[in-house]
Amino acid sequence: MWGYEKRLQFPVNIKNPDARAAKVIISQYGGPDGELGASLRYLSQRFAMPDPRVAGLLNDIGTEELAHLEMIGAIVSQLTRNLSTDEIIRQGFDAYFVDHTVGVYPQSAAGTPFTAAYLQSKGDPITDLMEDMGAEQKARTTYDNILKLVDDPDVIEPIKFLRQREIVHFQRFGEALGMVRDALDSKNFYYVNPAYKNGCC
Amino acid sequence: MMNNATMNRKALFEAIGAVSFAMDELRLFLDTHPDCSEALAAFTESMNRRHELIAQYTRQYGPLDAYYLNTEDGWSWNEGPMPWKGEVN
Repeated sequence: MWGYEKRLQFPVNIKNPDARAAKVIISQYGGPDGELGASLRYLSQRFAMPDPRVAGLLNDIGTEELAHLEMIGAIVSQLTRNLSTDEIIRQGFDAYFVDHTVGVYPQSAAGTPFTAAYLQSKGDPITDLMEDMGAEQKARTTYDNILKLVDDPDVIEPIKFLRQREIVHFQRFGEALGMVRDALDSKNFYYVNPAYKNGCC
Repeated sequence: MMNNATMNRKALFEAIGAVSFAMDELRLFLDTHPDCSEALAAFTESMNRRHELIAQYTRQYGPLDAYYLNTEDGWSWNEGPMPWKGEVN
């Protein structure tokens, strides 16, 4: 189970609202490479991960992603505080506003609602870890793109922190993939699912 | 490092954030490097430091975690701003 600690993993204290920034950053809440997909991906994959060290890593990174989801929600929420109707329209937030007011909803920057189709849980350690490495890189690219689109240091600092975490997670997943590879049967040249022993392989 | 007793609420809260992050990072590292004694020592040191800071914060300002709530004066868990509001401390 999880406990809740009343603090963010990295502080989010945004003084100036900017709905235009919120509109792109929300993609890391519920978009294709966002934190919701990341947490669900790892926390779902851990059930079928045979190596307890790697299952533990998925558990720990999946848990951290939930804290990142909270940070992104805090950024979006703080960026949309105290906006006048006029500012909502001028900053291009009207299409979001009409459906959600300033509630935080899991969607991509382009407005596609979150879908589990953004992630996979294949029950194959090699396949899953390769997806995870790709997912971390995609999230890192998204943060790189966000950093090109925002200019407020109050927003940049937590986004830079989250970007760094993607790099660390990519590194750890690479090491976990190495652990799984080292434990493969030497006759399994093609990395056929090592978690499914009773099947054809 | 500042002495615990001289830290105000903000400094104490920030110190908890910093030491907790050190532990988050070391935990992932140790997941894939369980035999690294240097990382293990750093983890243990951070854990002891965090324990002290959390105990002091809880004593002075109330808990960050509902498992340590003081209920003598009623239900206080949802008092004060939530962390996602920013500048809570």
